[in-house]
Amino acid sequence: MSEITLKSILATDCGSTTTKAILIEMTDEGYRLTARGEAPTTVEAPFEDVTRGVLNAVREVEELSGRLILDGDTILRPEKDSAGKPKGVDVYVSTSSAGGGLQMMVAGVVKSMTGESAQRAALGAGSIVMDVLASNDGRLPHQKIERIRQLRPDMILLSGGIDGGTISHVVELAEILKAAKPKPRLGSSYKLPVIYAGNNKAQDNIRETLGDITDLTVVENIRPVLERENLTPSRDKIHDLFMEHVMAQAPGYKKLMTWTDAPIMPTPGAVGALIEMIAKRDNISVVGVDIGGATTDVFSVFKKTFNRTVSANLGMSYSITNVLAEATIENVIRWVSFDIDEKELANRIANKMIRPTTIPQSLEELKIEQALAREALRLSFIQHKSFAVSLKGIQTERTISDAFEQSGSGETLVDMMELDLLVGSGGVLSHAPRRSQSAKMMIDAFLPEGITQLAVDSIFMMPQLGVLANVDKPDIRESAEKAALEVFEKDCLIRLGTCIAPVGKMKAGKPALVAKLTLPDGATVEKEYLPGTLEVIEAPHEITKAELIPDKHLDLGKGKGTPIEMDLYGGVVGLIFDTRGRQPFSLPENHDERIKKLNQWSTAMNEYPESEGE
Amino acid sequence: MAHAYTPGLKVLHATTIRKPRILPLKGKVTVEKGVEVKPESIVCSTNLPGNVQMVNVANLLNVEASEVPEMMKKSAGDTIKQGEMLAESAGIFGLFKSKVDSPTDGTIEQISSTTGQVVIREAPIPVEVDAYISGVVREVLPEEGVIIESKAALIQGIFGIGGETRGELKLLVSDRKEELKPDDIKPEYKGKILVGGNYVSLEAYRKAVSLGIAGIVTGGFDYNQLKEILGYTLGVAITGSEDLATTMVVTEGFGKVNMARRTFELLKSHDGHFASLNGATQIRAGVIRPEIVITLPAETAESEKQHDMSAGMGEDSLVRVIRAPYFGKLGHVKELPPELQKMESETMVRVAVIEFENGDVKTVPRANLEMVETD
Repeated sequence: MSEITLKSILATDCGSTTTKAILIEMTDEGYRLTARGEAPTTVEAPFEDVTRGVLNAVREVEELSGRLILDGDTILRPEKDSAGKPKGVDVYVSTSSAGGGLQMMVAGVVKSMTGESAQRAALGAGSIVMDVLASNDGRLPHQKIERIRQLRPDMILLSGGIDGGTISHVVELAEILKAAKPKPRLGSSYKLPVIYAGNNKAQDNIRETLGDITDLTVVENIRPVLERENLTPSRDKIHDLFMEHVMAQAPGYKKLMTWTDAPIMPTPGAVGALIEMIAKRDNISVVGVDIGGATTDVFSVFKKTFNRTVSANLGMSYSITNVLAEATIENVIRWVSFDIDEKELANRIANKMIRPTTIPQSLEELKIEQALAREALRLSFIQHKSFAVSLKGIQTERTISDAFEQSGSGETLVDMMELDLLVGSGGVLSHAPRRSQSAKMMIDAFLPEGITQLAVDSIFMMPQLGVLANVDKPDIRESAEKAALEVFEKDCLIRLGTCIAPVGKMKAGKPALVAKLTLPDGATVEKEYLPGTLEVIEAPHEITKAELIPDKHLDLGKGKGTPIEMDLYGGVVGLIFDTRGRQPFSLPENHDERIKKLNQWSTAMNEYPESEGE
Repeated sequence: MAHAYTPGLKVLHATTIRKPRILPLKGKVTVEKGVEVKPESIVCSTNLPGNVQMVNVANLLNVEASEVPEMMKKSAGDTIKQGEMLAESAGIFGLFKSKVDSPTDGTIEQISSTTGQVVIREAPIPVEVDAYISGVVREVLPEEGVIIESKAALIQGIFGIGGETRGELKLLVSDRKEELKPDDIKPEYKGKILVGGNYVSLEAYRKAVSLGIAGIVTGGFDYNQLKEILGYTLGVAITGSEDLATTMVVTEGFGKVNMARRTFELLKSHDGHFASLNGATQIRAGVIRPEIVITLPAETAESEKQHDMSAGMGEDSLVRVIRAPYFGKLGHVKELPPELQKMESETMVRVAVIEFENGDVKTVPRANLEMVETD
């Protein structure tokens, strides 16, 4: 089949509250985002039909673009010429996280081995993992049964054992599932989908145990041998079953499925797929974060390994008090640059939880929210680091020289010095009144080390681009991927700039870093940065030639005291020189000193209105 | 998106309430359509499947899992008593036999020759659902439950803790701006629902618990103090299932917040009347708000709504600000400018110009307003 060049693409993302539509068109500058529209999602009563919201969002796109896309309730395809104007679109794709997304329970024999592999597969497919059952999770069988009954997942992924290993443990887990008689979350008219991805020798026993009471699918083992994970078959099967079972039960999805040119993907699954693709294409390490109202998703690619985690109760509205609880009030208040009573702060945050759709009107309210966001991001990233690890349970051969390094199985793959690009999205980052606020929140929360580029997703269109980049139809695959990647670069990412942060213990009064820069306009700058400073040099997202010389005790990525010559890229914020310290990073303990420093850094980054012209 | 405001909480003098009373699993409906019920009347019941005990017979008898079926003294489907013999090993020449007794009363559900596990299910757990409010059974959903209909005054709170309860309303403050103090709570109020003004302290709540007070309605409460009551920090607003002696409904929010005038006046007009109270709150998709229901005689005329909520916010709509800096203030919409405006925080938002009750005129993000539904 010959490859078709797509001229126009319509993509939607059906979120739990808003359905967002984007129109991508082939222009003189290649593929560009030309219009976007949004409308409330209509999964719940009184509408109970997701397609109403989709049509409303598409109508807004029609109005803004002047292109006729709908004929009644039909999306016109392919694009046709109508009196000199294009009519319809070539392709329509969609993602969905409406109705609470995909909620799964996973099970494995050993929690830190097959349990973790199953969790990785489920998270990678874009699901929320409600619980990980394992033979060694410390719970008694009846407690596990109770838990399965309470949770009512959309789907269960059962794994356990390497191929040819002992079968009794994994069959025991299946027996627990059977005794629990699990019921699916949406409706009781169908059997709960269960994917078995464990020891191949146990397949018959599993079929015998679960075949009648569940909708059982058997795929290749997720951990065929200890040393290797095989996540793709499980991930693909989760996507298939998500479409066939879960989505098909949600109101209006059967209709929506017939409209799209590619299977509907779970929203985070699509975002992950896009990040994985970018990292591969540019051969870089990437961290992406999406901070929402209820949850925060973190994606990373380090050493070519993709990982995703969902921090289920770290979000900016529904679960904002949980951020406060997990972070502690002291950790939140340390980012607040004015005096506030702890009780007052807690009440204000709790009032946001019970009225989650409100917006910070005053500057104080904005600062409080952004302080909370720093902690939500920081905690989500800690969870991510502890999950994104090399496979556990593997014996590594060691030489004498290795004996002094504590590396081995189960080590985190996240290496902040190696990180090339940090991408933020979600309301608090994408819609911050000033881009410098987004940059500073991300730097404070993630503490990037060495040289790291920062970006935000302008309007959160990564889901739509992710599903587009993964269209699996031979005739349009290449063109769809090209469109997704071009729009990602040109319209989706807003380049904030680059953070330059030396690592190591700094000596007060002694310059931590000397930077010699030749900016894109030819101007040269030479500056010394003392410890405890945060400064910005305005520079666009073009090449700035840089020579960076760290203090002899500090590392910028090439070793202690080793200077670096490289091309730096600025952005809407610029080049951010952060010599506040890494390993350790700390804020002054003295209250007045801390507030003074916070305001000083804020002014340097032109973060808030009051810092203008100071 | 035109409707970027919160629909708001209901404060209704007389409305028709239809309360679904549904079983967690299918069961039996015990009342007929059209009958009158009292709050304590049982309307439906069912049996939840009993707990499950798993006994690893192979391990306990020290035999292979495949040998377990032949050592069983009971078959799948048989009933068994606690202490009764479940399985016995063959022993050596009939001697040195080991045995396993049942840890519980129940029914044998499964015997596995792969793992050597035996599953025993305990007796079903009976569940009964009461009517919660007085009214008439308007609809019977076979095997699932009923819908009770009643004329009532309805007040929704913003947040609550504790489940369903009922009792006589007892107003303990003279003004909506007054705090309900520990000294106001007396032993003779046992079983009643106390109504306060702007605040209740942890000390006052604890006293209410110790005196067997059924419930408390207040304008505000401190978030920090919730932990002392619940035993954990409340991270996500999903409540109602906690086992508390005294249910609490907060009508306005966290902190010291004056109870809305209409809410206070309505509660005051029902001082001494019988009310049903539920603290259950869920702030997610499918919002559940806590409520106070005061049933009225069936012949009560339904009061007319002053504002049509379904039309959305319009000029002259009555609204309440639900976020700082004007949190809790009530006013009327003067103007709804269509263009985005910049706030002090520099956030660009759709706004409404509000004239507050004291005559002040301020610009507020529409998202920070809630419509006040009154009748």
